[in-house]
This record gives sequence, C-alpha cells and structure tokens, in this order.
Amino acid sequence: MSQFAINLLFVGASFALYIGIAIWARAGSTSEFYAAGRGVHPVTNGMATAADWMSAASFISMAGLIAFTGYDNSSFLMGWTGGYVLLALLLAPYLRKFGKYTVSEFIGDRFYSQTARIVAVICLIVASTTYVIGQMTGVGVAFGRFLEVSNTAGLLIGACVVFAYAVFGGMKGVTYTQVAQYCVLITAYTIPAIFISLQLTGTPIPALGLFGDHVASGEPLLMKLDAVVTELGFKEYTAHHADTLNMVLFTLSLMIGTAGLPHVIMRFFTVPKVSDARWSAGWTLVFIALLYLTAPAVGAMARLNISELMWPNGGIEGGAVTTQQIENEAEYDWMATWQKTGLLDWEDKNGDGKIQYYNDKNADLQAIAAEKGWEGNELTKFNRDILVLANPEIANLPSWVIGLVAAGGLAAALSTAAGLLLAISSAVSHDLIKGAIAPQISEKNELLSARIAMAVAIVVATILGLNPPGFAAQTVALAFGLAAASIFPALMMGIFWKKINNTGAVAGMIAGISVTLVYIFLHKGWLFIPGTNSFTDADPLLGTIKSTSFGAIGALVNFGVAYVVASMTKETPQEIKDLVESVRIPKGAGAAQDH
Amino acid sequence: MSDNSSNSAYWSANVRIILISLVIWALVSFGFGILLRPMLAGISVGGTDLGFWFAQQGSILVFLALIFFYAWKMNKLDAEHGVEE
Repeated sequence: MSQFAINLLFVGASFALYIGIAIWARAGSTSEFYAAGRGVHPVTNGMATAADWMSAASFISMAGLIAFTGYDNSSFLMGWTGGYVLLALLLAPYLRKFGKYTVSEFIGDRFYSQTARIVAVICLIVASTTYVIGQMTGVGVAFGRFLEVSNTAGLLIGACVVFAYAVFGGMKGVTYTQVAQYCVLITAYTIPAIFISLQLTGTPIPALGLFGDHVASGEPLLMKLDAVVTELGFKEYTAHHADTLNMVLFTLSLMIGTAGLPHVIMRFFTVPKVSDARWSAGWTLVFIALLYLTAPAVGAMARLNISELMWPNGGIEGGAVTTQQIENEAEYDWMATWQKTGLLDWEDKNGDGKIQYYNDKNADLQAIAAEKGWEGNELTKFNRDILVLANPEIANLPSWVIGLVAAGGLAAALSTAAGLLLAISSAVSHDLIKGAIAPQISEKNELLSARIAMAVAIVVATILGLNPPGFAAQTVALAFGLAAASIFPALMMGIFWKKINNTGAVAGMIAGISVTLVYIFLHKGWLFIPGTNSFTDADPLLGTIKSTSFGAIGALVNFGVAYVVASMTKETPQEIKDLVESVRIPKGAGAAQDH
Repeated sequence: MSDNSSNSAYWSANVRIILISLVIWALVSFGFGILLRPMLAGISVGGTDLGFWFAQQGSILVFLALIFFYAWKMNKLDAEHGVEE
C-alpha cells in the first residue's frame, strides 16, 4: 500500500469517527449543540477545551519554530500555557457565576451599554479572523502534503473542506467529538516523538529525553545539538540571543491573549458549578501540557536529525550529503515529497554533486566555504511549518505513523478553523445583526446572515492565507495580540474594578485594539497585503518591539485609557456595583441562562 | 445585607491568594525563564542550565500546580465563608 493510500485511510477513518460520534451524540440531546459542556465533568470538559484550543499553530507550526530558533522561541511554550493561569484565577469562576453564554453579553451587561457589546463583538471578529488566517496557512501545508499537490492547491482544497465542515455543523459544539479529536491529536503528536526519543536518547518519554543523553555520542542531547548547529554556523540552540524586552512582551502578549479568546472563555461559562470552572481550567492545561512538554523535544530532536541527514558522515569534515543519496536512498524520500509542495527546496549551486547546508551569513563558515569551494547554503528553502508533519518521515518511522500524523494535523487545524468560523458567524448574525442592527430579523434571515458571514470570513482568510503574514504560529500570535489588547482588559476590569464605567471600558477597548491593529499593519502590511508595510519586524518602529509582541502594550494602553476616562466620567450605577459584588461570590450561581 | 462584611473578607482573602499566585507565575516564567536566567546559569540540567529548563518545561509544570492549588484553596475558602454553592 502506498504512503498516499495509508494517509487517506487514516484521515478518512478519523473523520468517520468524528462524524459518527456527532450523529450519535446529537440524537441524544439537541441542547448540547449550543451549550457544549453543560453538565459535563471537568475532566471531559478540559479535554474538549484542549482540542478546541490546540490548533494548527500548536500542532503543526510551533515545534518547527522552536527547532530552528531554540531557546529564543520558548515564548510560545510559556505564553500559550501561562495564559491558563490568568484565565483560572482572574476570569473563569466569575464569568461562570455571571451565567450567560457569550463574552460580549458579559461586557454588554457589566458595562450597561449596547455600544460596549458591539465594540466587544467587533474586537472578537477582528481577532478571530486573524486567527483563521493562521489556521488556513496550516491547513494549506497539511493538505498540500497529503494530497501531494502544491501549497496553493492544498490551501484552496482545505478552504472548501473547512467550509463544508463548519456548515455541516455545530458538530464542533459536541463535546464528545472534541474528546475524540483530542485523542487523535495527542496520539498523533506523541507516538512519533516517542519513537524518535527512543532512537536518539533511549528514553521513551520525549520530555525527559530532551534533557537526557544522546545515545550515539554519549553526550547530553542538548550539548550535542549545540555542537552540531554551531559547527554549521548557526546560533547555539540553548543560548539566549533574542532581545530580552521583546521576548518578555511577546510571552506576555500570548498569555494575556489566551485569556482573552472567546472560544476558550466560552467553555467555562457552561460548566455545572463555579468550583468546576476552576478545576476545568486546570484539567484543560493538563491536556495541553501533554503536547507542550513534548513539543520542545520534538523541535530539538528534529533539528539534530535534519543536521545529521544533511551531513551524514560526521559533520563538515566528512562531507555533505550527495544529490545521488537524496534521489536514491529511502531515508531521503521525504525531501522529494515535500519538494512537490514548494515548501522545501535545494539546489546544487557549485555543481559538486553535494548539498551543503550551513549558515552562509556566518563569517567563520564563509571562510570555510571559500576554502572548500561552496557557493552558499544549498538547502535553499525549509518552511518551518513542515517540520512536525515531515518529522516522522525524517526519522524514517513506519508508514502508519506518518498516516497518523496526517490525521492529527488535520484534526487540529480543521477543528479550530471550523470553530472560529462558527464563532465569527454567530457574532455577526446573533450579536451584531439581531442584537443591534435589526432586532426584528426573522430566524431564517438570521441563519442566512450567519452563513454569509461564514463564507465571507473563509474567503478573506483564504485570500490572505495565500500570502500569509508569517508562519502559522506567528499569524496566530498576532491574533492573540489583538485579543490581549481588547477583550482581556475589559473582562478583568469588569470583575476587579467597580469604578470602571461604560465610557471607560469602551474607550479602553477601542484604544487598545486600534493601536495594536495599526502597529501590526504598519509592520505586516495594511490588511496584511504584502508590500504595504512601512516597517519590518527586523527593524521595528518602537525600539525592539515586534508586531507580534505589541499586544501586551495594547493591553496596557487599554487599561490606562479605561482608568483615565472612567475617573473623568459619571460613576458606575449602584445596580452594576451590586452585579459585580454578586459575580465575585460563588453562592447562588444558577444554571447558565440561555440568551 | 448582613453578610456584607463577610463577603468583603472573602474577597480580600481571594485577592491575596491571587496576588501570591501571580507573583509565582511571573517568577518562574519571566523570572527564571528569561530575566533571571543568567543567575541560574551555574545550575546545570541535562546539558544546559536551569533557566532553559524553566523556559521550556519547568514553568508549564508550575502553572499546572498553581491552578490546582488555587482551585483547592478557593474551594476551602468558599466553605469557610459559607459562600459555596
């Protein structure tokens, strides 16, 4: 059976499983469709939330970004887990006590203002759309590889599948489908990592293998990796090279953004009790941590494997891999398959029949290159987003493992993309059109506008996904920055400061998201259209602060503006102060109310 | 509202626990993982130093412990102040 057929088999079987569960669970109760998580045990809810949250960014993209940068990209690991601490301590229990279903409803009620609700909805739509662009990038990579077509064709096919998946249903809303998706996703991520960890370190637990000894050399794995990459002129893997201020702000942006994303927060509205909201956040992080503790090991081990494949005879002295080896030897098959997607490429520039992979910007290596007659790095393209999907092939693992990873990657990308599309469409049709613009709208037209919003969002995301502002995880990081600058401060102030009134909150949200959006567009192009940017992240407008890190500054602006405006305008009314009091006390929380 | 004073005692106890937890949260990630990493350079862990471990794994484990600690502590506090559901 060919690898292509095996991939299709695994992807097909996993989809059949999700659809089967969706049909089985839907027959049981229709209310589950809207209120995923109601009456669900915190452990189950945690697992479903983890599947909901871990997307193409976590599954496909993150380990690749860590692999090629090392320590400096630890921000992704700390940022996307640390946000759950903020969520558990500052938001989840109180939003559960409040007892409505959506984030914008809380903001509308707490700030006793329709304007606040609409501004919140718009912020949610902006952040979610950016998030979908990042997902589409991941979807394009995954489909491109497994259908063995170009990245662009993969993206277009993927967009159709995502759209069908989202329209087909609130299948997304069914908790047990998400539990199944989590199981597929985590198995697909962990199994190849276990194999590779055993090969390299003899330890079956990748997280321990990362800090273990490299079997072949007897040295600690990370020390070996540092030696290998520095020999090729790359930066030491474990050392700190990034600008510290930017790294801190970037980590903080991802943390605050995690606690400001609507589709995650929503899951905590509907657990049975306030205490369950606290436990649920913990269980969610347990299931996320299983992937996040493995990811740095996947990154480091893949980097070592790639370096050794390109220099198979023991470093530079032994000579580079030959083009003949790449064409003929089974362990290099992955290179030809990935070349088809256009995301991996090499070129024998000096015509010596070998492919030299090294850092041609490094002075020491330039000297060696001059001596040996190399004419620049010949592994000309290695897209970071292919690393996790290519990893089992790079490590020469059995073909069923490769098929499993295909299924896992698609589960991660599709579930989150479809979930976000549903969130966008309900925000437009329910919160914006029915809630504000045309309250008299018929149910049929509301549904129609939901579908139109979904179609518009996917078209926009696909067009922008063809020329994405960055690798999947970087684009998603921008979305987190936008959520950090708008939603999180409004929610937190709503709970912790009674003084913040309607005008303050609205001014804060508008200031936070505008300044962040402008900063991002200045660096990534207006509406992410390439070529319209005035600055680049290599040389940013403000000091060393990159556009991906600006969310933290946007959040500060939001807090500051809200505080100043609130202290100059009319005080919060007494009934709102009472509402805040009641939100703070778990006692008397009824079931979550339908809207 | 006779339980007002009890409620505000409950709230200030809660805020104190949150603050302590957030100090630890910031210390392990921004502190040990990034800013204080040079100070931990002497402590080696599997081929690198403790700061690297905190940045890539340690902080995640501490985050987990913090959330479960908070849930346990708050459930106890709810009961002490009679505000549990």
